Amino acid sequence: MEDFLANPLNLLIFTPAIGALVVAALPKGQNQLARWTALGLSLIPLMIALGLFFAIQDMQANDGGFYYEYTTEWFPQIGASWHVGVDGVSVAMAILTAILTPLSILIAFENVKNPRAILALILFLETAMLGVFLTLDMVAFFIFWELGLVPMYFIINQWGGENRAYASNKFFIYTMAGSLGLLLSIQLMAFSVGDIAGLDTPTFDIQTWYEQWPGYEGGEDGEILGVNYSNVKYLAFLAFFLAFAIKIPIWPFHTWLPDAHTEAPTAGSMLLAGVLLKQGAYGFIRLVIPLFPDIVAQSYTPVIPVLGTELDFMVLDFATILAFLGMLGIVLGAFAAWAQDDFKKLVAYSSVNHMGFVVVGIAVMAVVYSTVWAIDNEDYVLALDAGNHALVDEDIEEYGDQAAAAYGFSSPATTIEDMTAEQQQLLARYKVEAVLELDTTEEGRHTGTLQDGMVALNGTVLQMFNHGLSAAGMFLLVGALYHKAHTRDLRRFGGLWHTVPAFSALMVFTSMASLGLPGLNGFTGEWLIVAGSFRLFPILILLSMIGLLLTGAYILKGIQKELQGPPNQEWIDYHENEHSLEVNLREMIAMAPLVALMLLTGVYPNWILEVIDSTVSSIFGMV
Amino acid sequence: MDFNWLDVNFLPWLIPVPPLISFALIILFTGRYKITSAVIAVIAVGLSFLMSMGVFFHTAFGTEDLGVTAGKAIYGDNITWMSLGFQEFKMGVMVDPLTAAMLFMVPIAILMIFVYSVGYMRAYPVDDPHQIRYARFFSYLSLFAGGMLTLVVSDNLLLLFIGWEIMGLCSYLLIGFLFEKKSSYQAGIKAFMTTRVADVLMLVGIGYLFVETGTLNFHEILNNSAVLERLGDADQTGFIGLSAAAIIGAFLVIGTVGKSAQFPLHGWLPDAMQGPTPVSAMIHAAAMVSAGVFMVVRMYPLLEAGGNPHHAEYTLPLIMMGLLGSITALGAAVLGVGQNDIKRVLAYSTISQLGFMVAALGIGAYVAAAFHLITHAFFKALLFMCSGAVIHAMEHGEHHLHAEGKHVEHREEPGEATPYGTDHIGRFGEAPTTEEWKPLAPQGITPDFVAVPNDMRLMGGLWHRIPITSITMLIGVLSLSGFPLVTAGFWSKDEILADSLLWITDPDAFSDAGNVAWLHIIVFLSLFTAAIFTAFYSLRMWILTFLGEPRSEIARFATLMHEHHEDHEHHHEEVVEETHAVVPHEGEAHEDSEEDVITMEDVRHWWSVYSNSALMQGPLVILAFFAITAGWVGIHPDFWVLEWITGGNNFIKNFLSKGLVHKPESPPLHILPVLASFTAFFVGAGLAYFIYTVPRDEEKDPVERAIGDGAWNALGNRFFLDTLFLRLFYVPFEWFGRKVAYLAIDKETIDETLHSIADAFVFVGETFKRFNRVVIDGVGDGIPMLLWGTGRWFRNLQSGRIQQYLLFSALMLLAIGTFFLLQLF
Repeated sequence: MEDFLANPLNLLIFTPAIGALVVAALPKGQNQLARWTALGLSLIPLMIALGLFFAIQDMQANDGGFYYEYTTEWFPQIGASWHVGVDGVSVAMAILTAILTPLSILIAFENVKNPRAILALILFLETAMLGVFLTLDMVAFFIFWELGLVPMYFIINQWGGENRAYASNKFFIYTMAGSLGLLLSIQLMAFSVGDIAGLDTPTFDIQTWYEQWPGYEGGEDGEILGVNYSNVKYLAFLAFFLAFAIKIPIWPFHTWLPDAHTEAPTAGSMLLAGVLLKQGAYGFIRLVIPLFPDIVAQSYTPVIPVLGTELDFMVLDFATILAFLGMLGIVLGAFAAWAQDDFKKLVAYSSVNHMGFVVVGIAVMAVVYSTVWAIDNEDYVLALDAGNHALVDEDIEEYGDQAAAAYGFSSPATTIEDMTAEQQQLLARYKVEAVLELDTTEEGRHTGTLQDGMVALNGTVLQMFNHGLSAAGMFLLVGALYHKAHTRDLRRFGGLWHTVPAFSALMVFTSMASLGLPGLNGFTGEWLIVAGSFRLFPILILLSMIGLLLTGAYILKGIQKELQGPPNQEWIDYHENEHSLEVNLREMIAMAPLVALMLLTGVYPNWILEVIDSTVSSIFGMV
Repeated sequence: MDFNWLDVNFLPWLIPVPPLISFALIILFTGRYKITSAVIAVIAVGLSFLMSMGVFFHTAFGTEDLGVTAGKAIYGDNITWMSLGFQEFKMGVMVDPLTAAMLFMVPIAILMIFVYSVGYMRAYPVDDPHQIRYARFFSYLSLFAGGMLTLVVSDNLLLLFIGWEIMGLCSYLLIGFLFEKKSSYQAGIKAFMTTRVADVLMLVGIGYLFVETGTLNFHEILNNSAVLERLGDADQTGFIGLSAAAIIGAFLVIGTVGKSAQFPLHGWLPDAMQGPTPVSAMIHAAAMVSAGVFMVVRMYPLLEAGGNPHHAEYTLPLIMMGLLGSITALGAAVLGVGQNDIKRVLAYSTISQLGFMVAALGIGAYVAAAFHLITHAFFKALLFMCSGAVIHAMEHGEHHLHAEGKHVEHREEPGEATPYGTDHIGRFGEAPTTEEWKPLAPQGITPDFVAVPNDMRLMGGLWHRIPITSITMLIGVLSLSGFPLVTAGFWSKDEILADSLLWITDPDAFSDAGNVAWLHIIVFLSLFTAAIFTAFYSLRMWILTFLGEPRSEIARFATLMHEHHEDHEHHHEEVVEETHAVVPHEGEAHEDSEEDVITMEDVRHWWSVYSNSALMQGPLVILAFFAITAGWVGIHPDFWVLEWITGGNNFIKNFLSKGLVHKPESPPLHILPVLASFTAFFVGAGLAYFIYTVPRDEEKDPVERAIGDGAWNALGNRFFLDTLFLRLFYVPFEWFGRKVAYLAIDKETIDETLHSIADAFVFVGETFKRFNRVVIDGVGDGIPMLLWGTGRWFRNLQSGRIQQYLLFSALMLLAIGTFFLLQLF
């Protein structure tokens, strides 16, 4: 037990839950006490998380592993263990969670209805969120993943807006629907991996999965549970994909988001947009792509169901589809945000828009990671496939001689089909080096495809962190005004700039961060993603620039409808006589860390990027 | 991050810092103190100015060997800004000859603008119940200055882009400074969005350049022949037959097209006149629009990579610049003729002059473009600030009449009805009739709205009212139109024309390849024509404003003296009387102040009467000096007669080309370009003089009479381009967002699908529920009932129900399992 408590990650995960119990156990009616207790307790995980971050920053040893790992027996009958660990990516998400939770508790002070309950739920939610980011065991992962839904469901359902019942049900059921397949796949994979590793029990350890699962081609007969292994793997992949895609959310699985974000109370929206969405992206980076590089790499020709016609003019692979959906999220999300008259819904749609960039970044990671994986496994045909190339007959003439000289390739065949698998591999090996720009020379490393992947993945994680800050800030401000004015209808506001100067200044600042103004945080991530993905998806990136353009349109629309225009006498009277519309001290204190971090990350992103980068490099096996 | 504060290389870091600090100070602390804020801002800019001058003079005239060679910055420093896998992105600053030249021009112009603003904004006619507008203006202006200086000292494209976008934000805030006014905030949004079209593409270009080269440092890319060669080779890099350099260059040029308001993204700039005049000077002269040209000047070796304009081998970015610059230079110069708003003439003139620079770069006239950038900044800042003084004087006249109780027709800007306002030439004292308010053009398209104090039709004779302004403005106008041999504008424009005539003047050296210099020909023709128009519209503007008889009562009482704006409400009448008695004329001495004993009251009085005049006109005189002399550094070394001044040394060319690997060759001295420059000025200016100095009775502009209503109307409507873009892009985009992206796709398709699935599940659930109730419960209840009814003998039977359920469940599981298994095989 002492051992258990000595590990900072265990402490980090469980202090909020204990805090939740404490807050819940406080005597009824002691609302003020509950508020300050909750705030105080939420500062403990913040301290731990920051300490953790600085410790990792100091260590700088990017050996590809996890820090502060802790393993203990937990549920030996089914092979589940308690295994936690942290790396650069998860520590970024952990500090984001630990920063946003106290701020949202500070904002939840304004909820007068049963404050103990909402505060306890927020603390409980923090445990679930941190658990997802820090655990390295799939059973624990899944439990935390599902646990996060419950408090959020109640937060929306009990403290939400008018349409809260619909929104909370949609959120809950939609996410649950995604998780069902995830659960089945986890079990299936645990049994298979346990089998491969020669264990008596299934194993849920993620690191063991990394080693065993990706190249697994079924038992002796190429089957898993009696079915062709590739079909099973593909189904498992789809289940993983769906679960995380709904959570990010990837277009077209996004429609729960505007409803849930809009109806949730401000504190809930902050955590929902700030952290919960990142779990989906984290799932892709931590699980989907490292576990299924072989599936991700494969391209295939779509077949029309029933008719069986092959659409051979179109070669699809997962990464391209993902990038395409990311582009649609960016563009259509921006369009939809622009169309809104409800300010909170506008901000909610902006999350679809911004997370679209994360999706594009993940697509780049998928291409580069699967290529690197295939090369490491000496499957050069697959590596070509992953990089959207194929071995074609002309290659025999073009690369045949060089391949013969380099790798002893020789074949009398004139078409690829006539060659043996071994000959194909030899030829492909040469072509990989010729086309994929993965060469190991100094220049090639710096400007090749591998570097694209690193740039894009760094940008993706940074964008996750940045969106957490700016989305939380936007929701905070929108909520601050809504709380006082009792309306979010943009058409009713206007001309408030000098009436509420502090609010306006914060609003313009946060809007600009969200818009991606260089010098503030939003820009750094977006730029890295665009830079890293342009060579792989040039057309899609150019199309998504329409979305980036419209980001400006909807952000300026928000500013204009609230702050610009002739002074609105209705609100000035309201402001002077009934209720001040200006941000109050509590809200300013909650905004201050966000403003500081947005500025810091914009001006000097390396404070966090350095930590992220060490893990990103090790993800691609480049230590 | 190790900062060595004593290292001279650290100095460039510090140059942009004071204005940024001033921004923060004013926003956070001194928002309600007008004078404090203005003083902080001016001191901050003054510090930057001093540091910049130190750097400039040390660089340009320093005796020690500063190592001004290609590929090396004179000063420079950087830090690791982003760690990215194999690379580290270094963020840094540096000074090289081009930076040094900009560090001469930018801080002078900015400092003058700040000083001018202190006076100008004090009397800016605007409601300020919260007393924060004045300070806010200086905070935005400081941020703007910080952004521009950041851009100038950056050593990489990303820091340049950061400064670039900070200025974009500031221009949005400053153009929409009167956020209550619809036309004002709309102009701000238009400026931001139009430049953003270009900026997002530029961002892609920067990203692509970064992954292709692994760095964004100017010297690592631009002074590295190997890198440039690789980027310029379409076989090694790039897509669809274009080299990486061509694609990146095209994106960067698009960025400039937006920022420097080139066709077709020029529409925001005339609207940007909504901002206070110092803002116009800032945006259009010293900072933002110059930034666009500065960036392409800076990146020129990349844009040229893979081609050579001096052999008529044009690359895609060069062709884009040549064509778009030519179109813009000519089109905007033509539009400048048809404007009645004094600031809008200058706006079009700016667009046109930037077109000169961009077109010059398109044909490889690197030094000429940079030279014109610097001279233009001086005379254009001068012209804008003069126009501000004119407007100010007119406002004062208007105010004065108002105070006298005369009816001044206030031209109210129509807000909702038409997109661009309405044209209504309401002369003083006449109320507009319904007829006059009718739109002039079909379909409600109306020319740009002209505010009363800006309207040149109401001016005239201001020469006598504001002599200093009129002389300085004449200097600016002559420099803009290229008055030969003396003004700065002449030398820089001549340099551009000389480069565009290179194919005639130096055919042997020009083209070994025997290519036709088609781009040079286009550029020359359009720039030459544009130069004629430039001389015409700028002289027209000056004559309409300052010469002849006052064409309205307002102009008769225009003055820069006395601003009692704040007291306005309380002491309205007395103030007017006092003013009248005291300062009927700017030129006359203030009689009361010549008393023997100078009391504090006198000083205060003097300050209130003269300070604005001094604060506004002082900078004009200084800038007028540079509007003439700044050109002398670029006189052709062999120029006839003037050889003794130049000493056979073209300072600017020698200085700027130190930073380049390929030294640009001077075009040989030839009579043709000089003749062209002379012709352009004398034809344009002469026409303007003969047409506009003749007294006339008609209200119509002589040009309008000559070209007809339709063409004149098209000029007033910007050739209907803005309306076209509005209908082509804005309207359909908004419709798509509202109707398609949100309603049709999200609400009606995706959500409806989800709801149908949910309905289907509910239906299945309901069915099972019914099935439960009828069949299972029926069976479950029925069997025990049966058993109960028929088997009372089996007393020990407790309940068969659980077993029945289990049995049924097992059967169901079997059925479902079989079903799924069948699916699998």
